[in-house]
Amino acid sequence: MSRPDRAPLGQRPPVLEMIGVDKTFNGDVVALQAMNLTVNHGDFISLLGPSGCGKSTALRLIAGLSLPSRGKIAWAGGQGENDLGVVFQEPTLMPWATVAENVWLPFRLRGQPYVAVRDEVLEALKLVGLEKFQNAYPRELSGGMKMRVSIARAMVTKPRLILMDEPFAALDEITRFRLNNDLLKLKEAIGCTVIFVTHSVFESVFLSDRIVVMAARPGRVIREVTVPAPYPRDEEFRTSAEYAALCREASSALHQAMGEHA
Amino acid sequence: MSLSDTSATTPEPVALDAEDLRRLRLQRFDRFGKWLLPLAVLILTIIGWDRLVVWNNIPHYILPGPGLVWTTLITDWAMLFEALLVTLQITMMALAVAVIGGVGLAVLFTQSRLVEMSFYPYAVILQVTPIVAIAPLIFIYVDSRTAGLLMCAWLVAFFPVLSNTTLGLNSADHNLRDLFRIYGATRWQTLRYLRLPSALPYFLGGLRIAGGLALIGAVVAEYVAGTGGIGSGLAFRILEAGYRLNIPRMFAALLLIAVTGVVIFAGLSFLSHMLLRKWHESAIKRET
Repeated sequence: MSRPDRAPLGQRPPVLEMIGVDKTFNGDVVALQAMNLTVNHGDFISLLGPSGCGKSTALRLIAGLSLPSRGKIAWAGGQGENDLGVVFQEPTLMPWATVAENVWLPFRLRGQPYVAVRDEVLEALKLVGLEKFQNAYPRELSGGMKMRVSIARAMVTKPRLILMDEPFAALDEITRFRLNNDLLKLKEAIGCTVIFVTHSVFESVFLSDRIVVMAARPGRVIREVTVPAPYPRDEEFRTSAEYAALCREASSALHQAMGEHA
Repeated sequence: MSLSDTSATTPEPVALDAEDLRRLRLQRFDRFGKWLLPLAVLILTIIGWDRLVVWNNIPHYILPGPGLVWTTLITDWAMLFEALLVTLQITMMALAVAVIGGVGLAVLFTQSRLVEMSFYPYAVILQVTPIVAIAPLIFIYVDSRTAGLLMCAWLVAFFPVLSNTTLGLNSADHNLRDLFRIYGATRWQTLRYLRLPSALPYFLGGLRIAGGLALIGAVVAEYVAGTGGIGSGLAFRILEAGYRLNIPRMFAALLLIAVTGVVIFAGLSFLSHMLLRKWHESAIKRET
């Protein structure tokens, strides 16, 4: 029980810090204003907010796909090769490559031959329950299975931080619930740190230990809701009074976020 | 799915409804019709052509009957086949150079905006200028006949490869591009693992067009070059036969060119199917 990701909130070593980060487009559209966020090892953070609140912008800034207009994003101990894994809203698989080849990609781009990392690739596929499909092509898989491959690819290198940009938004609710459960099991298994963008209150409460509620125009953080319920969480948590109360709290924060400019 | 649903509620045997029967009938018709109908048209055309010639007593130097064309093809086979090989050689070489040049230029264009902006307009100009207008100039400046022919055929064939491959290289999924950036992929890795595979279906589409165009380019260039003797291609044989009013041979040579074009197209379509069958939508048969 000495795993740092299982330490209580507030006692976990930091991974990344956003300090007063602004992002403006064309000089006048403020996508993100004065965002401060400390991500600690083992956190599962949801960015929750209406569209246009800058949650995807924040994710792109952390991913290094765009640069902050002001402020800075600091990685604890500096940036390295194995900082990030990413899951997009679409599975974003290479259709010409098999499932195993898709999961191999992050290693491959570092110059690692398949034979050297086959065990890791198969382990990741096993964790998402797709080890039997390693030689299948993406088109042979269902939407939920493709998303699992995408998740396996994001975690196969055990990166310091995994970014997920509304990964389950396009899935039906049954698949979505299953993937939520599986994602938590995965988190328990490998102890990853996750930033998860969503606009579903229920999803954010079920998954995260910290919910960062954001408002739009200009995009900014208005509140942070802590979910103290311990992991592992299961269907029982989903029907508990604690869950309902937390959903109400997050929901009212979200209404506050939307109400200001509604 | 629907079958198992009905079998659960109704006893055996499972009755097909009117819609199912209609669909099955259509499927069967499609399967045979695809081959039988064109074949029937061909046979009727040949019979009609033959009767037209016989009933009207048309002399063979105006319109030979299909039988005469066939016997000419057999008696002149040695000469025609040799000419076919010459044309085919030019066509294939031109296609190969078109692929290398087209893909090479496309890669260069996507790697450097500067190069693309500088040279793309000229690639278009080369393409839209009719080859028959450029060919005489080429044969003035290029000494080697083969090189001249090759150059003409290449000019016609390379553009579809270039434009399709450029389109394909630029159509790589933008999320995947972001992913490659996040993983710190080098330019070469992005090209090799992302852009080139994305471009493959587009390239193969361009290649199929280029195959036909290379043949057209080779034939047109031979017409313009016009010199005969040993080592001349099918187009020259057609010209020569025309001067001698040997119409049956003209038809026989034309037949050979047409068949060659069809074979090139079919071969490239097959290649495309083999390369894409595992993953690309265009090569996947719908089950329903």
